[in-house]
Amino acid sequence: MSRLTVPKTYKLYVGGKFPRSESGRTYEVATPKGAFLANAAQASRKDARDAVVAARSAVGGWAGATGYNRGQVLYRIAELLEGRRAQFVDEIVQSEGVSATAAGAQVDAAIDVWVWYAGWADKYAQVAGNANPVAGPYFNISVPEPTGVVAIIAPQQATGASLLGLAAVVAPAILTGNTVVVVAHERAPLSAISLGEVLATSDVPGGVVNILTGSPAEIAPWLAAHADVNALDLAGAGDLEWVDLQIAAAETLTRVLQPEPGIPSPSLDRIGAFIEIKTVWHTKAMR
Amino acid sequence: MGFLEYAPAPESAAILNLKAEYGLFIDGEFVDGHGEVFDTISPATEKVIARIAQADGKDVDRAVAAARRSYEKVWSRMSGSDRGKYLFRIARLVQERSRELAVAEALDNGKPIRETRDVDVPLVAAWFFYYAGWADKLEHAGLGPNPRALGVAAQVIPWNFPLLMLAWKIAPALAAGNTVVIKPAETTSLTAMLFAEILQQAELPAGVVNIVTGPGSTGQALVTHDDVNKVAFTGSTGVGRMIARSVAGTSKKLTLELGGKAANIVFDDAPMDQAIEGIVNGIFFNQGHVCCAGSRLLVQENVHDEVIDRLKQRLSTLRMGDPLDKNTDIGAINSAAQLERIRTLSDVGEEEGAERWTADCVIPDKGFWFAPTIFTQVSPAHRIAREEIFGPVLSVITFRTAAEAIAKANNTPYGLSAGIWTEKGSRMLALADQLRAGVIWANTFNRFDPSSPFGGYKESGYGREGGRHGLAAYLASNGWEASGSSSASRPVTKASKTTKKAVAK
Repeated sequence: MSRLTVPKTYKLYVGGKFPRSESGRTYEVATPKGAFLANAAQASRKDARDAVVAARSAVGGWAGATGYNRGQVLYRIAELLEGRRAQFVDEIVQSEGVSATAAGAQVDAAIDVWVWYAGWADKYAQVAGNANPVAGPYFNISVPEPTGVVAIIAPQQATGASLLGLAAVVAPAILTGNTVVVVAHERAPLSAISLGEVLATSDVPGGVVNILTGSPAEIAPWLAAHADVNALDLAGAGDLEWVDLQIAAAETLTRVLQPEPGIPSPSLDRIGAFIEIKTVWHTKAMR
Repeated sequence: MGFLEYAPAPESAAILNLKAEYGLFIDGEFVDGHGEVFDTISPATEKVIARIAQADGKDVDRAVAAARRSYEKVWSRMSGSDRGKYLFRIARLVQERSRELAVAEALDNGKPIRETRDVDVPLVAAWFFYYAGWADKLEHAGLGPNPRALGVAAQVIPWNFPLLMLAWKIAPALAAGNTVVIKPAETTSLTAMLFAEILQQAELPAGVVNIVTGPGSTGQALVTHDDVNKVAFTGSTGVGRMIARSVAGTSKKLTLELGGKAANIVFDDAPMDQAIEGIVNGIFFNQGHVCCAGSRLLVQENVHDEVIDRLKQRLSTLRMGDPLDKNTDIGAINSAAQLERIRTLSDVGEEEGAERWTADCVIPDKGFWFAPTIFTQVSPAHRIAREEIFGPVLSVITFRTAAEAIAKANNTPYGLSAGIWTEKGSRMLALADQLRAGVIWANTFNRFDPSSPFGGYKESGYGREGGRHGLAAYLASNGWEASGSSSASRPVTKASKTTKKAVAK
């Protein structure tokens, strides 16, 4: 006797919780051949703003955590992804229409990206910062600090991006202590919400990663112009009117990373795009 | 003659051998500009010092073309060690002509000779000397393998530290292998012209550095030029925004050093003698024309009265007047327009209910002057606590706990600098962690060094100048990627055309 399956309701991931869109809107997610997969939440302007509020309130705790702690949390994400490998392969096969082998390779690559960045969390400051030999009686040191809230448009390639693309942009932003609001792959958002479930159970504090599903073209302008967003990663915005987004971001001197043609490779440059260098002069005196 | 009166001790301007008129410096030569020639005046006397050429769009085209040519034919092919030797030569020439430069800067800017002689010009030489040594060591800067120059850098600098800002911009650009077109501020072009003469003495190849003078429109033509690869700007946040908009959609690398509203935080256990000097140096150095000035004094409530009394006492001993007099502490405000802005915001401070105290200074008849001023009873919502005044005006706010000090210090869209005064080391370190600012001075203020990165958080801009990080602003990232992933270098792009998707508005 066959058993009737229990399908999942895919919702947003904001502030560590899984709300529906406040707008009540959903959009149909389908396989490349058009078969129905799910009704995903279609995030609104208000959802984007709520996500920024959640991200902002999480900055203090996350940026204040030790690098060792953040590194372990990122590594924990990799561990849980590994355990849920079959689920992610299945979702990618369905939503991207690729083979199980290709989907498996994508999941493996995503896990490896989390591991690579996890290892940087307690080392990055040693590479990006340094003591400065100033000409005077001062102990002078430069250290990297997170810039704050980073809004991200995740890569949108037809295949290979729905999970890996997300890891490639979220991990480098959060490892230094930033919090993010990320707009997921529009046509294939299922892996993103399932990743939210991984994050929710892997000691990532609520609000550190906020995942919106829906239309990047609709949501991105509100994030770009938001005064409480410190940096904007347009990685997956190549097909949007991204120059307008960069112009909107200029209003509050938001740091902008321009679109990339492919899925970003793991790199120190990507970590460095969302940090600020702080230089402190300490006076030396015997008095 | 009373206790604090001094006989005048003016530095002689006879050391200067100024021309009546200066052209643009393009492709190694002084040439006429196509715009209307304008006067540069001494803000202390309002007398004309020299006439300066104005570059229009065509002149900017010529300058950028010269920079491009010299980049492709000369500078990018030269060895790093030879580039470095030119920079060392420049550093030495600046030292040799330091007296002359200090006098010219004091005359043209209005700042006291004591500052140009002891701060501005020595730092200019130090900046060139520091970056000279980097030119043949770029691969050791920790910025990834095989670092490469960007191409032509467009640089626009402010009037508050004319020659020093020029050095901050040109030295790292050249060390990294770029060529430069730089525009000095409209009111302070003079020392840039003397610097051009130094470049001729150094026999720097023609076109490596080009100097175009003029108003904001000249700067706009420069930063929006299609054939520049890098834009570096120091100035107001308003103009910084415009520039950020104008480079949107292009591949131009951008660094911005913008405004600030720094908190200078004084705890009750601070080394008080040093703190008083630090507060004075923090806001009254260079007439307060300093983007990182400590314009908000956050003082712990229980020492407020003592600090204010001692500040007033100290300010009463400052001497305002002739910038060329070696006894002068406070010089002239740089321009009539800036004086007007300072007056307007100070009046607003009084209207909003803050209590005003102004040092009793004799104001000279001619020129632009504003006596050191302190506002007490300031609320964090007052305009004088939020907006950059860019003048000798201090807004005093009190706090009780360290947490309150941090919250008030960070309550600003700016994030350039901050100061901490306390003898408790652990609290100092914790506070330095919590302040959202790019430069933090603990038991000191307004210190600068070429090895020390400088730049802001939030709306104070992005990118750093100085140190290893300042070098990064002028180098192309070579994709410092995880081993195993593709590290194929991205081609050096010919400015804006490659990634521009739509026309920037």
